[in-house]
Amino acid sequence: MDAAEKPACSQTDSVTGVIRRWMPSDPRVFQILFLGILLGAGVWLRDFSLRPAQIILTFASALCTQYVSWLLNPPKSRSFRSAIITSFSLSLLLRADNLTAHPLAAMAAIASKSTFRFRGKHLFNPATFGLVFAICALPGGWISPGQWGHDLAAGGWIVALGVLVTTRARRSDISWTFLLFYLGGIAVRVLWLGQLWPVWAHQLTNGALLLFTFFMISDPMTGPNARPGRITHAALVAAIALAWQFGFYLNNGLIWALFLAAPAVPLWDSVWPAAKFEWLPQGDRYEIATPIDARSGGVSAVHDHIPRAAA
Amino acid sequence: MLALAAFLLCTITFLAPPRDARAFCGFYVGSAGATLYNHASQVAMARSGDRIVISLMNDYDGPLDRFALVVPVPVVLQKGQVHIGDRDLFKKLDAYSAPRLVEYHDENPCEFIRPLAEAAPAGAMAYSGAVSMSRERAKALGVSIEAEYAVGEYDIVILSAKESGGLETWLAENGYQIPSGASRALEPYIRQQMKFFVAKVDLKAQKRTGLAYLRPLQFAFESPKFMLPIRLGMINAQGPQDLVIYMLTREGRVETTNYRTVKLPTGKEIPGYVRDEFGDFYKAMFNHQVRETDMRAVFTEYVWNMGWCDPCAAPPLTHDELRQLGVFWLDDYPGTQRYQPLIMPGPSNGSVPVTLTRLHIRYSADTFPEDLMFQETEDQENFQARYVLQIPWEGSPNACPAARNYLDDLRIRRFKEAQELADLTGWDVDAVMKRVGLPRTPDPSPWWQHIWE
Repeated sequence: MDAAEKPACSQTDSVTGVIRRWMPSDPRVFQILFLGILLGAGVWLRDFSLRPAQIILTFASALCTQYVSWLLNPPKSRSFRSAIITSFSLSLLLRADNLTAHPLAAMAAIASKSTFRFRGKHLFNPATFGLVFAICALPGGWISPGQWGHDLAAGGWIVALGVLVTTRARRSDISWTFLLFYLGGIAVRVLWLGQLWPVWAHQLTNGALLLFTFFMISDPMTGPNARPGRITHAALVAAIALAWQFGFYLNNGLIWALFLAAPAVPLWDSVWPAAKFEWLPQGDRYEIATPIDARSGGVSAVHDHIPRAAA
Repeated sequence: MLALAAFLLCTITFLAPPRDARAFCGFYVGSAGATLYNHASQVAMARSGDRIVISLMNDYDGPLDRFALVVPVPVVLQKGQVHIGDRDLFKKLDAYSAPRLVEYHDENPCEFIRPLAEAAPAGAMAYSGAVSMSRERAKALGVSIEAEYAVGEYDIVILSAKESGGLETWLAENGYQIPSGASRALEPYIRQQMKFFVAKVDLKAQKRTGLAYLRPLQFAFESPKFMLPIRLGMINAQGPQDLVIYMLTREGRVETTNYRTVKLPTGKEIPGYVRDEFGDFYKAMFNHQVRETDMRAVFTEYVWNMGWCDPCAAPPLTHDELRQLGVFWLDDYPGTQRYQPLIMPGPSNGSVPVTLTRLHIRYSADTFPEDLMFQETEDQENFQARYVLQIPWEGSPNACPAARNYLDDLRIRRFKEAQELADLTGWDVDAVMKRVGLPRTPDPSPWWQHIWE
């Protein structure tokens, strides 16, 4: 089993141990809380050019689509948490001058989970798919990455990184590796161009980078199962994003990079087979399913993780 | 010695006098144009796909023999790609899109209401420098003279360079006074394979124009980069600079992707005395917004379809004027060939495939570490920075029973307007209250006063 998938808590008297004990066992609860605060701060403190109706329609559409997909293809367990996270991500990044783009993008995002599947895993991170669908197929939609401001973005980075460190979130290796490659690539470019370091630091005010690092590329359902695969994937995504932005001068490099690199995930999974990730919350218990052969996509063993009991 | 100053600003402070252009819902009562700001430059960019036409408005007011302009451009510009524009086009763009003051009149509470009127701001820019050429020496310094030609009153050279030290030396040897730090600012552009558009004034040709000012330079080129180099102009900047950008695009609003793009507060009701000092008000309000955003935001002042306006501070630009500004795609729409914009056509009969986005930026080297990167969104929602004067009804409280209630409400409203003005501008609220003749806090008549009347 992957070392990164060890229980998120352990007995310790340290501050981080205390924080970990109080963290919800399902990291998605924290993610929802974090994204909710971010959206609230953006709407109230910043001109996000986002109408309340667009947010409501995004959530309604995502949750309805999720429910319908359960009816069509009943799962072992049901949770709206992933759909809620997708709705937050879409609300935070997608902008439109109409009321149809958001719900349609949310519908496409959730539907993509059951439509584009390969060996038991869905191929695209739902929010990424929804965003690409919106800017390609829907009139009046665009992505706004630069509307956060340095203070809001700085606050977001501090909280997100802090929580990532203190909780040792599972599969966070892909976030760290991606940041290393992406910001490292920009640092090399800054050095090569003879620019000043504030240019590098300025990249962190990009709200899309924050969301992308902690809520998209880190999606355990669509990322590679094994650590070597995740590291390779992070490098590939960072390379595509850098080339997209600085080689071809195109916008939304991060989103396009994750979208375009997604088909490579099955390749990494076959090269480095490992346990497929599952969200299986059961009360306070939190389970990770481990297939003997990831390529089969089947689940053959279940390991219980009982974080709070351990604490 | 000639002075080099790319994107340097000169300023004339002036406020356009109140105009009496009648519009749909009132009268246009005045405007605050781009020329309000010290150190202000104006740039117009027409863009569709990879094709871009940039017009640089220059209000340089120093000696013409000391003028020179250095702009990084992505490709070598041939003579046909450079053009001399008309300064009036900027005046028209400015007048059309400037923040405005609108005036409405309260109705007689004993009868009914009638609406009313409006006002708007402007920008400017300049550069300086000069050239003389020796290709051998240039080559030795790693500088290539890619093209050189004269257009109108300008002598133009397009340079490419291998390294910034050589370019700096070449510029210095050719009469440009290079500010310290120029080399470092030039380096990123050289590394990105960008060329340098260098223009100086041919004094004889300039004299023949019979004009006392320099006309705008325009260049057309193809590049996937939708950006504006501002870093070079920061080399010798003394304090923050203002830049007004007019984006002319086919699909919708333009915003920056690497900085926050913020819409200015709009639709706010402010006290009537602002009518006579709208320019001061707008400057104070803009200063306050810049402070609130730590000088790290790009402000949207206007977004509208170029075919109409509501209400109009000035008429929209004509087909021919838009074409002169580089809007090349109008020919793709045969229906727009003969369109003549009206002061107040509706969106149904006046819209053209051109959206104007007016962005206003105050920047310094610390707060804008990168050049401006843009994206054209599909947002077609109109926006204008608009401030409202609500002129009170002047009548007796005894004119009718409703009159007294109106006057009570009016008193509260005046407090709110004064508070709004203080909030928008950061002015001292007590001073504003004093100016409008109100005590510090509202003193409404007692709640029981009208019970038994």
